Amino acid sequence: MAKITIEDLKKIKERVHAETALRDGHLRVKVTVHMGTCGIASGAKEVMDALLREIEEAGVTDVAVTTSGCMGLCSREPLVTVEILNQEPIKYEYMNSNKMRQVFKRHILEGEIQNPFVLARGAETQK
Amino acid sequence: MLELALHILDIAENSTRAGARHVDIHLKEDPGHDLLTLEITDDGAGMDQETLAKALDPFYTTKKVRRVGLGLPMLAQAAESAGGELILSSEPGKGTRLKVTFGLRHLDRQPLGDIAGSLVTLIAGNPDIDFTYCHECQDKIYLLSTEEIKKEIEDVPINHVEILKYIRCHVAEGMKEIGSEA
Repeated sequence: MAKITIEDLKKIKERVHAETALRDGHLRVKVTVHMGTCGIASGAKEVMDALLREIEEAGVTDVAVTTSGCMGLCSREPLVTVEILNQEPIKYEYMNSNKMRQVFKRHILEGEIQNPFVLARGAETQK
Repeated sequence: MLELALHILDIAENSTRAGARHVDIHLKEDPGHDLLTLEITDDGAGMDQETLAKALDPFYTTKKVRRVGLGLPMLAQAAESAGGELILSSEPGKGTRLKVTFGLRHLDRQPLGDIAGSLVTLIAGNPDIDFTYCHECQDKIYLLSTEEIKKEIEDVPINHVEILKYIRCHVAEGMKEIGSEA
């Protein structure tokens, strides 16, 4: 493999500029992988890796990925929240790379909520 | 947690929650002294002496959602079981510095694991924070600075999938080049 250089970054920049010129640059989906100590210890990083790889392979540019901390449900980690624009957020529990790939293909791309993995619907509320 | 890369991810997430703008991760392999040193420095909120004293207690946490805080204690345990130690220093308003040592060739030292993946996860989740990763291996040094990458890519977000892929390859290649054994 050729050595990676700063030139590659410039090429990526130009490519991304060309892509964003074609669409309006709005994000359609936000995916949050919960990365507290509990999440990391139960495999959240593998879930994150799988998600990034799926996005890369699918070549989609309207999916944003972010991380968050522990929300107190450590026993159900790894947790992933999928928020599609103008829809209520869906929280998935006990995730792994396979389930992540399924959620990506079926829910994120096709809009079909994967009920067997769902922990909750709707936003978190603070007491 | 069985890999140092996961610990790094976990500890650096603490820094981001402490409101740090810069997080500096420094790893040094010193085969001559059979030593592996990990230092994580941030410019976050820091801790007062009282909090600092309790930070390594697994039953102390600042969070309200649960009663345990295992991140630092687990790293301390990983260090101690590999003939090393964890030293935490902090100043309120200035930031926190964590230094962990391990016996490089100690049988119970956890492997480094997927450092590239941890860095990518950190950067993807915290695009506004600047991370530097410096890995010293004898006289060779690998350095990754998100600040420099951001300068290069201008208005392209650093958490863009293509940029994250570039970073992952950059780290993997750099680690191979310096001959990291850990």
